[in-house]
Amino acid sequence: MSKSNSVGIVKPKTFINSEPLKLDCGKTLESYELVYETYGALNRKKNNAILVCHALSGNHHLAGKYSTKDKYPGWWDNLIGPGKPLDTNKFFVIGVNNLGGSHGSSGPKTLNPKTKKIWGSKFPVVTVPDWVNSQKALINSLGITKLAGVLGGSLGGMQAIQWSIQYPECIKHAIVIAAAANLTAQNIAFNEVARQSILTDPDFNKGDYYIKNQIPKRGLRLARMLGHITYLSDDVMGTKFGRKIKNKSVKYKFDTEFEIESYLNYQADKFANEFDANTYIRMTKALDYFDPAQSNIKNLSNIFKKIRAEFLVISFTSDWRFSPDRSKEIVKALLDNKIKTSYAEIHASSGHDAFLMNDAHYHSILENYFKKIYKSL
Amino acid sequence: MKINQSKRADFQIISEWIGQNTKVLDLGCGDGALLNFLKTNNNIQGFGIEKDEKNWLLSLKNNIDVIQMDLEAGLSGFENNSFDIVILSKTLQAMHNIEEIMQEMLRVGNEVIITFPNFGYWKDRLQIMLGHMPISDELPYQWYNTPNIHLCTLSDFDQFCHKHKMKVLDRLVLTNNKPISVLPNLFGALALYRLIKK
Repeated sequence: MSKSNSVGIVKPKTFINSEPLKLDCGKTLESYELVYETYGALNRKKNNAILVCHALSGNHHLAGKYSTKDKYPGWWDNLIGPGKPLDTNKFFVIGVNNLGGSHGSSGPKTLNPKTKKIWGSKFPVVTVPDWVNSQKALINSLGITKLAGVLGGSLGGMQAIQWSIQYPECIKHAIVIAAAANLTAQNIAFNEVARQSILTDPDFNKGDYYIKNQIPKRGLRLARMLGHITYLSDDVMGTKFGRKIKNKSVKYKFDTEFEIESYLNYQADKFANEFDANTYIRMTKALDYFDPAQSNIKNLSNIFKKIRAEFLVISFTSDWRFSPDRSKEIVKALLDNKIKTSYAEIHASSGHDAFLMNDAHYHSILENYFKKIYKSL
Repeated sequence: MKINQSKRADFQIISEWIGQNTKVLDLGCGDGALLNFLKTNNNIQGFGIEKDEKNWLLSLKNNIDVIQMDLEAGLSGFENNSFDIVILSKTLQAMHNIEEIMQEMLRVGNEVIITFPNFGYWKDRLQIMLGHMPISDELPYQWYNTPNIHLCTLSDFDQFCHKHKMKVLDRLVLTNNKPISVLPNLFGALALYRLIKK
């Protein structure tokens, strides 16, 4: 498998839509902008497009770099590129920053076109179905009527499911990784702790912190630390950090002494400087509200009746936030409808974050599935 | 891994048994060769179940819709009578809980097809008489590395079906890809059964 090739230097684009978007919360966005990137070329039939949906803290920058000076490439660069499992020599790959995001698309950080002021707390709560509607408008603008596939992990996988329900005729394949048909109470609980840590940070100022130029870093840091712990497994933390300490001996002080502490603090600082608190709150809300079966998993088979897409569902054995059992619920509802489905349960130690890892078997599955999609174009 | 399908008489027989345009679930589908054969010859809608990740990937490459799961955990992801045919090909002898998987197959499928190596085959009997565990084309393992833990003869399986209220619709026995009609429990190497609930 050739993994050396990169899509190279990339540039984000902006889709400006002046068509109003009615949201699940009852409000309407009169107009909005979506920042997106594309890799590879759209073929003449315009049937080789793969939409990649991002998870909680992701964005539209999937692969490549903005300049040679960039330290890191896009967040799914190990998967996407020429000769990589999602081969940009064959597919036209689209990454989009979701509404409410903090990387350029209309969100709390951007200007409300009506008031010409920063949205801040006034930016509405958006849901997975809202995102899918906005993504549909984007692909329409690119002249695409049917996507060859929608791919996503975690919250991204939920969007892939939603696409297959909301626009059954516009999606040929859904690739749903480390996802679930809705969140468990435990998952919602984790999200609420993360939200409360932000909401109760005095610098949060009810979401209108931009004017004062104070970022609720303490809250964001805590939210990220909690999230990070739950996205990993006990085993992988044990292997990576164990009880290793930073210095030769402990100091009996409240400084960070264990390596896991210093790792978490590093991740927290990095995140608090890059990510927007209002966005974090909205993303976790979108996760919590996603529930096509309306809290009755048995109802999922009925909801899935309208699906026309074929499915690849993948879970990871050590993922305890979106466990294999949750993926199996999706698979069962698909099989109840005799929808063409493949399901892989991958042995991995790294927990929920495994969906971003460069695992040979995992990537081989995706590579072969994309080959299958390409053959059927 | 391409198998010369014309040489697989068991594939031919299964193909004749299942009819056209049926919904087929193949348990332990391996590289998907049987399902591929049935897709071509019977235009079935087929799904495979495979636990082993290497075989799973081979099935995917063979364009089979394949679910990775362990049959020992039952078929709880499948509704009653949701398939026309459920197949268990050369896998029964390696399973722990035979009664449970048989009941599960009959719950999920309207009909069940089972194939297994016949332990009453004369070559197996001879090797045991000579003091050794049998090794043959159908049972190619040493006693210490065999996955086959529940071996039976045709007579044993007939009794099992009778006891568990399963009706045998068809039974065919093969040796070297040829049907055996005389003393099948002695001269037959591979058994094929088509069953329904009584």
